[in-house]
Amino acid sequence: MSEEEEHLVEQVDHHSRPFEPKHFDGEYPIVVKGLVNRFGDQTIHDRLDLEVRKGEILGVVGGSGTGKSVLMRSIIGLQMPKEGEIEVFGRSAEELLDEHEVDIRSRWGVLFQGGALFSTLTVGENVEVPLKEFYPELDPELRHEIARYKVRLSGLPDEATSKYPSELSGGMRKRAGLARALALDPELLFLDEPTAGLDPIGAAAFDRLTRELTDVLGLTVFLITHDLDTLYEICDRVAVLADHKVIATAPIPELLELDHPWIQEYFNGPRGRAAKSGKEDLEARVASSTGAKKTKAMDTKGKSGD
Amino acid sequence: MREWADFSVDEGDGGGAKLTLTGALLISSIAVLDRRFREWSGGEVAEIDLSQAGAIDTVGAWTVWRFARDHDAKITGCTNEATRLIDAIKDFGGEADISPRRPPILERVPQGVGNLVVSWGLGVIRLVGFLGAIIASFGTLIAHPRRLRWTAITRQFELVGVSALGIIGLMSFLIGIVIAQQGAVQLRQFGAEIYTVNLTGRLAIRELGVLMTAIMVAGRSGSAFAAQIGTMKLTEEIDAMRTIGVSPMEALIIPRLMAVVFMMILLGFYSSMVAIVGGAVISDLTLGIPFMTFLSRIQEVVPTHDIWVSLVKAPVFGLIVGVAGCYQGMQVEGNSEEVGLRTTWAVVQGIFMVIVLDAFFAVFFTEVGWG
Repeated sequence: MSEEEEHLVEQVDHHSRPFEPKHFDGEYPIVVKGLVNRFGDQTIHDRLDLEVRKGEILGVVGGSGTGKSVLMRSIIGLQMPKEGEIEVFGRSAEELLDEHEVDIRSRWGVLFQGGALFSTLTVGENVEVPLKEFYPELDPELRHEIARYKVRLSGLPDEATSKYPSELSGGMRKRAGLARALALDPELLFLDEPTAGLDPIGAAAFDRLTRELTDVLGLTVFLITHDLDTLYEICDRVAVLADHKVIATAPIPELLELDHPWIQEYFNGPRGRAAKSGKEDLEARVASSTGAKKTKAMDTKGKSGD
Repeated sequence: MREWADFSVDEGDGGGAKLTLTGALLISSIAVLDRRFREWSGGEVAEIDLSQAGAIDTVGAWTVWRFARDHDAKITGCTNEATRLIDAIKDFGGEADISPRRPPILERVPQGVGNLVVSWGLGVIRLVGFLGAIIASFGTLIAHPRRLRWTAITRQFELVGVSALGIIGLMSFLIGIVIAQQGAVQLRQFGAEIYTVNLTGRLAIRELGVLMTAIMVAGRSGSAFAAQIGTMKLTEEIDAMRTIGVSPMEALIIPRLMAVVFMMILLGFYSSMVAIVGGAVISDLTLGIPFMTFLSRIQEVVPTHDIWVSLVKAPVFGLIVGVAGCYQGMQVEGNSEEVGLRTTWAVVQGIFMVIVLDAFFAVFFTEVGWG
């Protein structure tokens, strides 16, 4: 190594944060065991169990008030559970109580319901925030380039990079939020109702984007949604929250066979049937036009959590 | 210390160099490689070999692809993953500014001055419009008194008046102590300590009671008005009210203004009284003027018109503080930063206008013979 190079490495070392980013090799990036959440007298979760497999898109459904968002907030350490264990990347979520914990936080991205963009920063600056925070050694020019391509990768036009959140529509704000969530090339992505409030075309595009990114980047996605089309189109497995627990985690065809009144009503109601037939139509068309098999083989292996 | 990705150079056979990348091409380990790429001055590059590199993510893919594009080089030895990632990002380079561009200073300064002047002008127009709207809705309320929202009004009475009693009482008591004690120190030099009573009584009733109360109300309630109404504007609550047919003027602003005007009269008087008690206590303790004597002397030395002066000033100050708060709240648009900015303005403007008017009143009342 030449002297110049050594000097460069030294300089970069000096600017970087002292943590060793790891890569998760286990099977379940998220493991929740016996989670109990209570607000006053109201029990939200009562000994809830859930496992999320690496590389899958797990849809989380449940009626309003069944604690989907609370579950997500518990996993990402914003909500202290009353009892139970939560492991993220094989490490206890209790470590997240330390606000300066960087290893786990540098490996996930979170998209909040309203986008939760910082309103005084442009979209580009929003994407740069996590980059600056975790990897201050990056050249500013590289950081700008990363912000630009992430914004476009999330389906926004180039001009959106220099706009403020207040100048964007609701759908664009969600995409900008996704760009920020993807800023660090995370292994784990949390999406809280990403398609709520989007028009059907925008929602379908967002679904496709999520699926594509998951396949290309090898993400694991924890996706809260009410959108039946999203569930049918892109989710590998679906976890159903009811009676303060996850009552089933399985691919939709298996869920349909379960004899739980809420599941039956949810998936076999008029909207559920419409979404299902939409999916079947699409598959029939794909099959007939290309002569290929199903585009995405359903994950029909067992289920975890009950 | 982290393992940084790096590269080694093979001088090729004429067509340019071959760079062999080593290490993980991840966001966490790319910094050195990226900088060396940016400083590259080794002439033409024919080939970038990824076969020796470790894991890759989009940042690694981007760095490699950008260098290959700029130097017209081939990328070889890609794993499936690398190919997929490069394909995924290569069309997404952009040119947009990340931060808004700052114009040069010669352009910025006149522009800033111009904007300021225009916004002042517009502000005056809007304020006049706002005052007009207040008067108009007062008119309708007088014509239709049943539309007055008594629940909202009493609620505001409580928030502005009753809950302020503690802090304003404490503040006034301390001010009374300070006036009496400091006054006595000066007056003692003339052997006129007994005039401490005049000083405390007249100052507390005529000036400080009302003025300090107005400042406290501006800080407590003026800011609250601006922040509440501003947040309601951001969350579209005010628009929702309008569509339901509820006038925000009648539902939000009139109750607040009424509360702040009436409560200022009461709070101002209360403050003066507590200040006098404070003065009496300290005189009793340190000057040897008995508590009850102090109070009965107050009746003799404070002219009645001092009380009238304070009773005239109080509602005017209250109105100013209330209008500043409500007006700034209604001007909030856009983002949460604006709420903070407007709240600050509400307090600053409120206090400033109160002091300006107080100076005016001081001269005015002396001129009309209420000296």
